[in-house]
Amino acid sequence: MIEAAVIPNSPNEGWELPSRGVVGMVCLIAAEASIFIIFVVAYVFYIGKSVSGPTPKDVLTLPVFTTICLLSSSLTVHAAVSALRQSKRNLCSLWLAATVLLGGIFLAGTGREWYELIYHDGLTIQTNLFGTTFYSLVGLHATHVIVGLIMLMLALVFSLNGAMTHEHSEKLEVLSLYWHFVDAVWVVVFLVVYVLGR
Amino acid sequence: MFACHGLYDLAVIVSTAFGDNPTNIFAPVGTPAHSVFGLSMLVLWITGAIFVLVAGILLYVLVRYRSRAADGVTEQEPPQIYGSNQIELAWTVIPILIVVMLFLATARVIYTTEHAPKPADALDVTVIGHQFWWEYSYPALGVVTANELHVPVSDPKHMLPTYLTMSSADTDHSFWVPRLAGKTDVIPNRVNTMWIDPQETGLYLGQCAQYCGVQHAKMLIRVYVDTPAAFDAWVAHQRQPAVEDSRVAEGRAVFEHNACISCHTIRGTVATGRFGPDLTHVASRDTIASGAVPNTAANIRSFVDNPENFKPGALMPPMHLDSHDLDAVTAYLTTLK
Amino acid sequence: MATQTPVTEVLDLTVEKAPQRRWLEVLHDWVTTVDHKKIGLMYIGYALFFLVVAGFEALLMRVQLAVPNNHFVSPQVFNRLFTMHGTTMVFFVGMPILFGFGNYLIPLMIGARDMAFPRLNAFSFWISAFGGLLLYFSYFGGSGLYGAGSAPDVGWFAYAPLTAQVFSPGHSTDYWTLSLLLTGIGTIGTSLNIVATAICMRCPGMKMSRLPLLVWLYLVTSCMVFVAVSPLTAAQIMLMLDRYLGSHFFDTQAGGSAVLWMHFFWIFGHPEVYILILPAFAFANEIIPVFSRKAIFGYPAMVAASVGIGFISLSVWAHHMFAVGMGPGANTFFVLATMAVSVPTGIKIFNWLATLWGGKIRFTVSMMFAVGFLFQFLIAGLTGIMLSVAPFDWQLTGSYFVVAHFHYVLVGAILFMLFSAFYYWYPKMSGRMLSETMGKWHFWLFLIGFHLTFDFMHVPGLLGMPRRIYTYEADRGWMIWNMVVSSGAIFQTIATLLFVYNMVWSYFKGEVAGADPWDAWTLEWSTTSPPATYNFAKIPSVASRRPLWDLKHPEDPDSHYETTEKPGGEERP
Ligand code: HEA
Ligand code: HEA
Ligand code: HEC
Ligand code: CUA
Ligand SMILES: [Cu+2]
Repeated sequence: MIEAAVIPNSPNEGWELPSRGVVGMVCLIAAEASIFIIFVVAYVFYIGKSVSGPTPKDVLTLPVFTTICLLSSSLTVHAAVSALRQSKRNLCSLWLAATVLLGGIFLAGTGREWYELIYHDGLTIQTNLFGTTFYSLVGLHATHVIVGLIMLMLALVFSLNGAMTHEHSEKLEVLSLYWHFVDAVWVVVFLVVYVLGR
Repeated sequence: MFACHGLYDLAVIVSTAFGDNPTNIFAPVGTPAHSVFGLSMLVLWITGAIFVLVAGILLYVLVRYRSRAADGVTEQEPPQIYGSNQIELAWTVIPILIVVMLFLATARVIYTTEHAPKPADALDVTVIGHQFWWEYSYPALGVVTANELHVPVSDPKHMLPTYLTMSSADTDHSFWVPRLAGKTDVIPNRVNTMWIDPQETGLYLGQCAQYCGVQHAKMLIRVYVDTPAAFDAWVAHQRQPAVEDSRVAEGRAVFEHNACISCHTIRGTVATGRFGPDLTHVASRDTIASGAVPNTAANIRSFVDNPENFKPGALMPPMHLDSHDLDAVTAYLTTLK
Repeated sequence: MATQTPVTEVLDLTVEKAPQRRWLEVLHDWVTTVDHKKIGLMYIGYALFFLVVAGFEALLMRVQLAVPNNHFVSPQVFNRLFTMHGTTMVFFVGMPILFGFGNYLIPLMIGARDMAFPRLNAFSFWISAFGGLLLYFSYFGGSGLYGAGSAPDVGWFAYAPLTAQVFSPGHSTDYWTLSLLLTGIGTIGTSLNIVATAICMRCPGMKMSRLPLLVWLYLVTSCMVFVAVSPLTAAQIMLMLDRYLGSHFFDTQAGGSAVLWMHFFWIFGHPEVYILILPAFAFANEIIPVFSRKAIFGYPAMVAASVGIGFISLSVWAHHMFAVGMGPGANTFFVLATMAVSVPTGIKIFNWLATLWGGKIRFTVSMMFAVGFLFQFLIAGLTGIMLSVAPFDWQLTGSYFVVAHFHYVLVGAILFMLFSAFYYWYPKMSGRMLSETMGKWHFWLFLIGFHLTFDFMHVPGLLGMPRRIYTYEADRGWMIWNMVVSSGAIFQTIATLLFVYNMVWSYFKGEVAGADPWDAWTLEWSTTSPPATYNFAKIPSVASRRPLWDLKHPEDPDSHYETTEKPGGEERP
């Protein structure tokens, strides 16, 4: 029955492979980026094609403050990872909390913007092509922010109760990669929706 | 279903199979179809040659290098060869050359067909695809008709092409008359154009070539290529309002007092609907329901009674007329020459 | 067949005698498993089930089309049949079966104990599987309150605006989008897993330049999934927003564009067909050398060509849209890009021929299917070139010629190569050989059926027969061709049934395979058949692309050759 040919095991010295967490996250980011590209293409394609109002010019204002918050949260999450690397767990919690806070502000800003648009300007996803593409693109991004925030909050909880230690710094780094990606997407969305499209 | 009515049938089938098919793309009668035909012959020769060569090598290799060991006996392994850069280079470069050649030939035909200058006296026809029928209108001539397109023959010495400006009222369709030209998709919210210049009179068949719903199969196309005189006569006739005939006044009344008028137009009456085919001269057409059946009184009656009878899924509802009204309306429609 | 393999070292793998277990426990085992081999087998079984379902749908279509003006099925039913057939074949036969083999083989071939993310693997499988069930549930829930139920009838590429609420009321189209969305997520998950596995789980010594070609090609395929399947996911989200929330992405009445959907779909759809064919190439890369008894010719060129195909295939999608009226500029661009694919593809064909050249070819059933693949893929590729000539395509697009082209690839190339893979790896998976006698019958019947069906299918296309029509007029002269085409389907059915029977029969009665029945060279043949849960008792380490060759030919190992070679290399002295 067992007549397996066996390769002699002569462990190669220095056989090192990349971290699968990072590789996996890079793949996920590639896939997500493609999804966003399609939504951005749809947005750009339909700029100015709405058959009725309101137009972006009428109703959109630059969300400068929330953008700054979101982008700076990239720095704070990076700081959190470095802190964990150096086993400074309290510092890590602090930075994570800052990240969650900044992300939360961003999300609240989006919520406020949507509230204004829907109840004051009467723009919904059904109104016209602008509404359709705007809510879906910004909404898709906001969904990613929410997912990221949930994960960051979990990390924060683990960090506070001491479950997250130095060994987990690679995992936290993987999460931070995701968060950087979410921020980078916002740069594109911001440019397309609020600068190019207005 | 599979019943075969004797040898005679078989002979007919075989002769139509190999003989002149009404929709054979290799029997072109107009410039666009001709240039495609020429190009396709070139492509067929090249790919044919590649096929013969590569399949030949494959066959040779299989025969020449098959294992000759008797079953169960292990042979010595053949010499192991890992590759050769020169050879890889050769079979990269040669296909590149073929591709470049094919590409240039293709690009030429694309430009001559899609960028052909439009002569001033070209005929313009607007084509609107509807779910399962075609609307044709001649804006310069004031003619609107359905399902049967009439165009004048184009003399090679004096080209008289017809330009089709096409769009759709609902879903995607595609206009395809193989002997005249390739397809052009007919897409809502978008205007496409194509041109044809048939050089022999006659009837050319085709059909919708983009899936558009239940009755995509019976969205047939008939193009009548007339001599210039016949074409002018046809136009003059189609411009007339509908024939008035007091003998069928009852049928006309039935038509006008039913929902027919909200979907059909008969010029000279109150019927101005645009959802279904224009019926002003419906009796002058050879077929009804987009080429599905010959235009006979019986077929009209059956169709008006219930379109499902031979075109299930057509967007005309069964009108539930009693048989008296049906006869009357049929009589009326058959007078609309 | 089962030639003895040189055994270097016998392992102490005490196979515990499994006690009789209740079926519920067995079921529980399979449902909760995270073992890549079991998941791989589930993928394969699931795909085979759907192959029979979708094949049966094809059979019904062929009965309907055998003669003109047939009333075997109604137009509505016919439209559902081709939609379900196409969708099922592509998403629930092609994709899962390829991922099934990938799942099973990749860890074994790179000397790993499992995939990089075993739980993600199980999740991906189950969500894909759920997508398939959802699609077929539409037969019951499709029309919702509108009627007894119905499957989607929008065609496998579901062009807008036919999918809009006005033209497709009811829920059948919703089932279609949702099901594709879910399998899409599963597909991305599995691909992510494959990439991470191939990069991060290699055994010592398995450098990228020593990776078996199969793994390389799966790597390329998986990377393509990220950039190709995601656009489909995005487009499905848009379509769902349109249908549920009343947005206007593809709503032509509100200024939306039907053409945008076409672009989005084919940005997915074209790379998708290469995603399907690359694993078939991957099998050929393993099987052809083994039965020619020669190393693959031009390993680096094969890798480069696959990567090249991957990249070029991302820029050719609009060759499905030559008749859309994109204008001469765009048309010429896509003609060139499409034709360019033939160069790397040609390189692969020629390298396979060169591998055969000078070998000692053993015609096992597996090899016979592989040869069928080579021959048919050549023809399919050449009809692809005809289609890529845009003016010719204006005539051919939307006709049966296209249907013939893609069945030549999907059946003649992919399905043939899959059969080949079954005959080759079944012994590894089950521990028993498939019957070669039945296999030969299977091969010849399927070959005859295939050629009857798909050779003659080109002709009605040239004679003007559009696809997706439920019936046609007698005066068009298409009947005789359609008769032949339909008769071929019967041969294919018998052959497929025989194949299924062979798999069942051989599982119980087949010849015991042993670890290495084909005298092959890659790592999966170094462990038992079927492999233990942990694959390898000791993690192997390799020194060349063909570790088992090195073991069997210590006098002349690849490792010696590969380390001293100049890149590309010449014949060994
Ligand atoms: C796995 C599947 C698969 C594969 C591998 C291919 C491969 C190719 N396909 Fe095909 N194709 C499909 C599946 C596939 N196709 C499907 C499913 C559809 C229809 C979808 C639908 O509408 O429902 C389709 C439709 C389709 C169209 C659109 C038709 C239309 O609807 O109008 C076109 C047009 O260009 C095309 C072209 C090609 C080309 C050029 C290749 C090339 O990759 C082929 C390259 C190979 C070779 C050329 C042979 C080997 C090379 C040599 C021997 C070298 C020398 C050769 C030369 C220099 C020419 N295909
Ligand atoms: C992997 C992909 C794949 C495979 C393997 C096949 C396999 C087959 N296909 Fe398919 N086909 C597609 C993918 C595929 N197809 C796609 C993508 C479309 C386009 C859909 C669209 O337009 O939207 C299409 C469309 C399509 C059409 C065109 C429909 C139309 O446009 O109107 C036809 C028509 O003949 C057809 C026929 C066949 C046949 C005869 C087979 C045969 O090879 C099948 C052989 C297999 C079997 C026959 C299975 C065996 C069956 C059993 C064992 C069950 C027997 C049980 C009983 C008898 C009770 N296919
Ligand atoms: C809801 C719209 C609607 C109503 C009401 C309607 N039709 Fe129609 N009719 C159509 C459509 C759509 C077609 C095209 C069907 C097709 O070919 O797919 C059509 C086709 C026809 C044709 C065939 C025309 C041709 O050239 O092919 C006739 C004749 C006809 N209708 C007569 C009638 C009569 C008579 C009535 C009333 C008793 C009527 N229709 C009411 C929509 C309507
Ligand atoms: Cu109109 Cu198909
Ligand atoms: Cu393609």
